[in-house]
Amino acid sequence: INKTIIVHQLVFCAVPLPAAGGDHHPISKNPFEVKINRKKFDVLGRKSKHDVGLPGVSRSRAIQKRKDTLLKEFRLKDKNNTFIDRRFGEYDSKLTPEEKILQRFTLERQRTQDRKDMYNLNEEEELTHYGQSLAEMEKMTDVIDSDSDSEEKGLLSAELTATHFGGGGGLLRKKSAGDDEEEEHKPRSRQELIEELIIKSKQEKRERQTQKEEAQELTEKLDQEWKSIQNLLAHKTPKAERTDETDKPKLDQYDMMVRELGFEMKAQPSEKLKSAEELAREERQRLQTLEADRLKRMMGDAEEDAVQTNTHISADDMNDGFILDGDDRKTLAYKDGKWNIEGEEEEKEDEDGDEEGGEEEEEEDDEDDAEGEEDDEEGEDDDEDDADEDHCDLQSDEGSEDEDGQGAEEEQVCAEEPPAVSEEQKKAAQEAAKAELPYTFPAPESYSDLKQLLQGHGSEQQRLILDRTLKCNHPSLSAGNKAKLQKLFGFLLEYVGDLATQNPPDLRTVSALIPQICGLCQMFPEAACKAVQTLLSDSGHSMEETLEVKGRAPMPDLDMLVLLKITALLFPSSDFRHPVTTPAFLFLSQALTRCAVVSLEDVCKGLVLCCLALEYVSLSQRIFPELLNFLLGLLHLTVSDKHNMGYTVVSPFRRQGKSCDLLVLKDPNVSHSWNRKPISLQTAHRLPAQSPVERDHYRLSLIDSCLDLVKRCTWLYKDLPSYAHIFQPIRALLLKHLPDLHREILDAIPEKPSQHAPLVFKKKKPIPLKLFTPKIVLDYGKKRGNTKEEKERERLKHKYKREFKGALREIRKDTRFLAREKLSDVMSRDAERKRKVKELYGSLATQEGEWKALKRKNRK
Amino acid sequence: MASSTDSNVKGENSQVSYKKYINTKTDRVLQSKKHANDIFDVIEYLQSEKDKEVIFATNACSKVFCQLFYRGDLYVGDLPEEEDLVNGDRSAEEKYRIFMRHRYSNCVELLLENIGHKAFQVKETSLCALMKFVAAEGKHPLQNLDEHYNFPRELLQTLVEHLLSEKEDMSLLISRFQEFLEMDDVRYYVMSSVRDNIYRVMGRNKKAVIPVYQNNVFTLLSTINVPSEASKMRHFLVRQDCKFEHKRAFEQMWLVFLKFKLPSNMYKKILVILHESIMPQMSDPTLLIDFLSAAYDIGGAISLLSLNGLFILIHKHNLDYPDFYKKLYSLLDPSIFHVKYRARFFHLVNIFLSSTHLPAYLVAAFVKRFARLSLTAPPTSLLILLPFICNLIRRHPSCRVLIHRPSTAEEPCDDPYVMEEEDPAQCHALESSLWEIKTLQKHYHPDVAKAAMKINEPLTEQEDDISELLELSTFELMERELKAERKTIPLEFDTATELLKSSREVLGVHFSLE
Repeated sequence: INKTIIVHQLVFCAVPLPAAGGDHHPISKNPFEVKINRKKFDVLGRKSKHDVGLPGVSRSRAIQKRKDTLLKEFRLKDKNNTFIDRRFGEYDSKLTPEEKILQRFTLERQRTQDRKDMYNLNEEEELTHYGQSLAEMEKMTDVIDSDSDSEEKGLLSAELTATHFGGGGGLLRKKSAGDDEEEEHKPRSRQELIEELIIKSKQEKRERQTQKEEAQELTEKLDQEWKSIQNLLAHKTPKAERTDETDKPKLDQYDMMVRELGFEMKAQPSEKLKSAEELAREERQRLQTLEADRLKRMMGDAEEDAVQTNTHISADDMNDGFILDGDDRKTLAYKDGKWNIEGEEEEKEDEDGDEEGGEEEEEEDDEDDAEGEEDDEEGEDDDEDDADEDHCDLQSDEGSEDEDGQGAEEEQVCAEEPPAVSEEQKKAAQEAAKAELPYTFPAPESYSDLKQLLQGHGSEQQRLILDRTLKCNHPSLSAGNKAKLQKLFGFLLEYVGDLATQNPPDLRTVSALIPQICGLCQMFPEAACKAVQTLLSDSGHSMEETLEVKGRAPMPDLDMLVLLKITALLFPSSDFRHPVTTPAFLFLSQALTRCAVVSLEDVCKGLVLCCLALEYVSLSQRIFPELLNFLLGLLHLTVSDKHNMGYTVVSPFRRQGKSCDLLVLKDPNVSHSWNRKPISLQTAHRLPAQSPVERDHYRLSLIDSCLDLVKRCTWLYKDLPSYAHIFQPIRALLLKHLPDLHREILDAIPEKPSQHAPLVFKKKKPIPLKLFTPKIVLDYGKKRGNTKEEKERERLKHKYKREFKGALREIRKDTRFLAREKLSDVMSRDAERKRKVKELYGSLATQEGEWKALKRKNRK
Repeated sequence: MASSTDSNVKGENSQVSYKKYINTKTDRVLQSKKHANDIFDVIEYLQSEKDKEVIFATNACSKVFCQLFYRGDLYVGDLPEEEDLVNGDRSAEEKYRIFMRHRYSNCVELLLENIGHKAFQVKETSLCALMKFVAAEGKHPLQNLDEHYNFPRELLQTLVEHLLSEKEDMSLLISRFQEFLEMDDVRYYVMSSVRDNIYRVMGRNKKAVIPVYQNNVFTLLSTINVPSEASKMRHFLVRQDCKFEHKRAFEQMWLVFLKFKLPSNMYKKILVILHESIMPQMSDPTLLIDFLSAAYDIGGAISLLSLNGLFILIHKHNLDYPDFYKKLYSLLDPSIFHVKYRARFFHLVNIFLSSTHLPAYLVAAFVKRFARLSLTAPPTSLLILLPFICNLIRRHPSCRVLIHRPSTAEEPCDDPYVMEEEDPAQCHALESSLWEIKTLQKHYHPDVAKAAMKINEPLTEQEDDISELLELSTFELMERELKAERKTIPLEFDTATELLKSSREVLGVHFSLE
C-alpha cells in the first residue's frame, strides 16, 4: 500500500493567548463596603461561609481581572498569527498511526475522486502490493503461493542478469559467440537481440504458466477426491483408511459398519466414584429430608390451612381470580429470631425429591440390567439344558454342578436386593433351594395360581420364588407386567392372611415375604394402598355387621393382626391423615372397643392390638384413648376382688360377670416358677391345651406385657396436659390391687396432676386493612449509590453542574464587560470624531475668517 | 332306597287317608244330624302327634263349628251338664244342640291347649280358628245378654291368658295376633283382659320378676296402638255401636304392667318406645312419673333412657322434677360413650342444655365433665362431643373462660375442678380450663384433632350442627376416610425386612413368631 502523507491545510488564525492571573488587592476594611447577609434561622452545627461579604471589592476585583485578561485579549483580537495543523486526526491521540494514515488516504482519495474522476466510470484505481495487483492476488489461491514459484522467481537466470545489468556486455559477448552465425547470415543489431531476448523470456514465462496451470488442475482434482472420502476417515485410523482403499467392492458394507461405529455411543465419563464417607453423608441427607417430610405430614394440614388463610387480598382486587404477576420472590420473614428460609428448603427438598426419583430410575435401570443378564443366563441355560431334560422341574433336585456355579452367581445378584441376613445355615439352605428352583416364573393371574406357586416350599424358597417372579415380571420388561404385579400385591396379602389363619399359623413365611411385599409396595403405592384399604374396609364392615346383629363381635383373627402390622411397616402411621393408616387406626379403635374378650386367646389378641396401637402412635405421640381403656380393662381382669374399685371400666370390659377374671391366677405361688419370655403369636390363634400351671404362666406373661405397655404409655404421654387424668384409673387400680407390681409405673404417674397455665386463645395477628397495592419501584435506593464508584460519580456530577453554572455566569459577565468596553470604545471614538469635526470646523472657520479678512483687506 | 320310597308312599297314603277321613267325617256331620257323633273323630285328631293332622283337623273343626254357629245349631244360654242331658226331658233337637255345644267347648279347650303347642304352624292355625270362633260367637252369642254386650269376653280372655304364657316366648304368635288387634273391639277387650291377667299372674307370683311372662306381655302391649280419635274406629270384629274408652283402657293396662317390678332389659325396651308409642296414647301421661323416677334411679343406661320420658313430662306436662340437672350431671360417666343409646342420649342432653337461661356454673360443670370424660371416648363420640362442648360455650359466653382466661395467663395452676363432686355447683368448674381438649389436639384421628384445635381461637358465632353426627359409627368414619380422594400416598421410607422388625417395634418385644 502506498503511504501517502498529506498536510491537509495550513491555516493561520488568531487564537487568544492564555491570560496571566490577576493580582490580589488587600481587602479594604471599609465598613461601607461590607455587606452582611442576615440569617433567618440559627442552625446549630452549620458553618456559614457567606455571612459577611464585600460586594464592591469583589466586583472591582473581577472587573480588574477582566481588564487584565479579557480586555487585553479583546484588544489583541485579530492582531497576531498562529500555526494550526488541520491534518486529519493530527491531535487525536485515540487514533493509531495506521488508522490515521488510512483515514487520510481515503479522504485524499475522496477529494480527488470528487474533483477529477467524478464522471470516470471505467478507470478504477488498482491497489497494488509490491507492484502486483491486489485484486489479482486475492483471486489466486494459496496453492500457487505454496509452490516454489518464488524461488524460481528469485533465481534470475544468469543470462537475464547479464543482459540486464551487464551494460550490454552480455549481449556483446553473445554477439561474439554468435559471430559465426552472424557472419553466415547478417549481423543482428542490438535492437534485434533485445527483442529476441524478450520473446524468449516471454515464451519461457508462458510455458511456466501452462505448467503451473496443469499442476493446479491436478491438485484441485486431488482435493476433490480427498474431500469425497475425507468424511469417511474423520474418526478412523489410518489402517481403516488403507483397507478402505484396498477393498473397494466391499465398501458399502464396510461403510455401514463404519457409520454404525461412528454413531455408537462413546464411553462417557462416569461420575466420580463416591467415597464411603460421601455415600454415608448423602444417605444421611436423604433420610433427613424424608424425616423432615414425615414430620411435616405429621403436623398435618391444619397448619397449612392456617398459613393459607393469611394471604393478602388487595382492596383493588376484583375477586376475579386475576393476579397481576405471580410474585414468587421470597419475602423476608423471621421465625423465632431466625431468618425463615423454609421456602428455600422446600425447594431444595423438591429438588432432592427429583434427584431421588432419578436415582430410583437409575436403580430400576440397574435392576433391568441385572435382569437382562439374568435372562441371558437363563437363555443360555435353556439352550444347554433343553437337550437333556427341562430339569427346571422342581422335583429334579439332582442339579448339575455347573448350575450350582450359576446358583452362586445368582446368589450374588439376589443378595443385592434384600439386605442380606447372613446366617450360615440359612445360606446353605438357600443355596440348596436355589439349586432346585427354576429361574423364571410367570406372574400369577389369580390367587389360586399364587397359592400353587408358593405352597409346598419352605419360607426361604417362597421368598426366592417371589423374588424371581418379581424380577422376571418387572414392569419395564413388558407392558402388561405392571398390571400383573399390581394384582400380585393383592394376592400376596391374601396369601399372607391365609398363612396367618391356617393351623398352625405359618408366621415365619409371612416374615420372610415381607421384603417382597415392601418392594412391591414401593413400586406401586397406589395399588398397595387400594389393596390394604379393601381388606381393612371388608374386615371393618363384617365386624360392623356382626355388631349390629349380635351386639358383640369376636376379636379380629390373626390375619387381620398381621395385616395391621404390615400396614405399619408399609405406610407411615405418624401422618396426620393418611389414606391407609387412618382407617387402620379406626379399625384398631373399633376392635379395641367393640370386640368381646371372653377367652385367653382374646386377651392375647387384644394385647397384640395394643402393641400395634402403641407402635402406630409411638412416633407421633398421639393420644389413643381406646388403648388406655383396653389396658385398664386387661388389668381389671387380673383383679379378683371387683368391689370397691376407684375406676370405671368401659366396653368391651364389664365390671362384673363371667370372663371377668380371665387373668386371675389360680395359684398365687406360681409366679416363682415363671420367667419372662416373649409370647408366641400363634397362641393368639389357638391356645394349646395346657396344664393349670402353664396357663398361669401364660397369664403371667400376658400381665407382664400389659404392664410393660402401660409403662411405655406413661413414657409416651408424659408431656400431655391431662397426663395425670388419663392415667388416674390405672393408677387407682394398680395402687389398690397390685401395689408391688411394677413400682416404676406408679412412680411415673404423679399423684397430683401437674400444673398448667390456663388456656388462652392463640394470639391472633390483627387482620390487616384492605390496602391498595403500592407501586413498588424495584431498584429504589440505588440512586444514592452504594459503591464507592457510584458515589464518586455522583459527586463529580454535582461538581460539574456547579461548575457549569459558574462558567455560564462568568461568560455572561464577560460578555457584559466586553459589551460595556465596546460601547465605551464607540463612545470614545464618537467623541474623538466630534472633537475632530469641531476642530475642522474651527480651522475652517479660522480659514474662512482669514480669507474674509484677506478679502476685506484686498477690498480695502 | 327302596325302603325310603316305601315309607314315602306310605306317608303319602296316610296323608291322603287322614285328609279324606277328616273330610268325609266333616261332611257327614254337616250333612245330617244323625252323624253327629263323627265329630268326636275329628276332634280326636286335634290331639294327634302329627302336626299336619292337627292343622288339618283344626281347620275342619273351625269349618264345622262356624257352620253350626251359622245354622244356630249350638245351644244358647247356660249349658246344662252333659250327664243331665240323658235324664232331662228335652227335644232331640235341643239335645243335639247341647251335645254340639259341649263338643264346641271341648274343641275350644283343645285349641287353647294347642296354643302352647311346640310347632308354630299349629299355634297359628289354632289361634286363627279361635279368632274365627270369637267372631262367630260375637255374631251369634251363646249367652242371652243385652244387645250392647254380646262380645265373647270369656273366650277372648282365656285366649289372651294362653297367649301370655309364663313359660314360653310367644312373640311370634303375638305378632300374628297383631292383625286381629286392628279390630277396635278386639283390641279393647284384649286390653282389659291383659290388665286382669297381669293382676292375677303377678299377684300370684308375689310380685317377683317373671321374665318370660313379662316379655310376652310387653310384646303384646307394644303391638297395641290406639287410634287418636274415636271417630276413626270403624273396624269391628263384631258389629257394635257402643263407645269404648280406649285411651283409658290402654293407660290402665300399661300402668298395671309398669307397676310391678321388671327385669332390667325390659326397662330398656319399654323406655325406648315409651315416648313415641306409649305416652301420646295415654290420657294422663303424668301417671308414668312413678315408673320413670324409679327407672331414673336405677342408673346406667336405664337412667339415660328414662330421661326422654322425664323430659316430655317436664316439658309438656309441666311436671316439676327437683334436681333434674344434678341427677343428669351425676349420670355422666365413661360408659355413656359406649352404650347403644349414645345418640339418643346426646340428642337429649343437647336439648336439655339448649336453654340459654341455665346458670353458667351449671353449664361449665357439664362442659368440664364432658371434657374429662372425653379422655376415654372413642372417636365417634368425640366427634359429637367436641362440637357439642363448643356449642355450649357459644350459647353461654360466660363459660368462655374455660377456653380463654387471659388474666392469669402465665402462671401454671392445678386443675381446680373436682371430678368426684356430684353437685355441679360445688365442683369449681368455672375456675378451670379445658386442658383435656388441649390433650385431644393430639388425638390420632385427624378430624378429632381438628375439632379440638378450634378452641385455640375464638369460636365462631354459628353453632355446629351435631344432629347428623349422632348416629355415626366407626365403620362409617372409616368409609369416609377410605373414600376421600388422595393425590399422593406417602410410604414408609425405611423398608422392613421382617415382620417383627421395625424402627419402633413394640409387638416384637412381647411376641415371637413361633
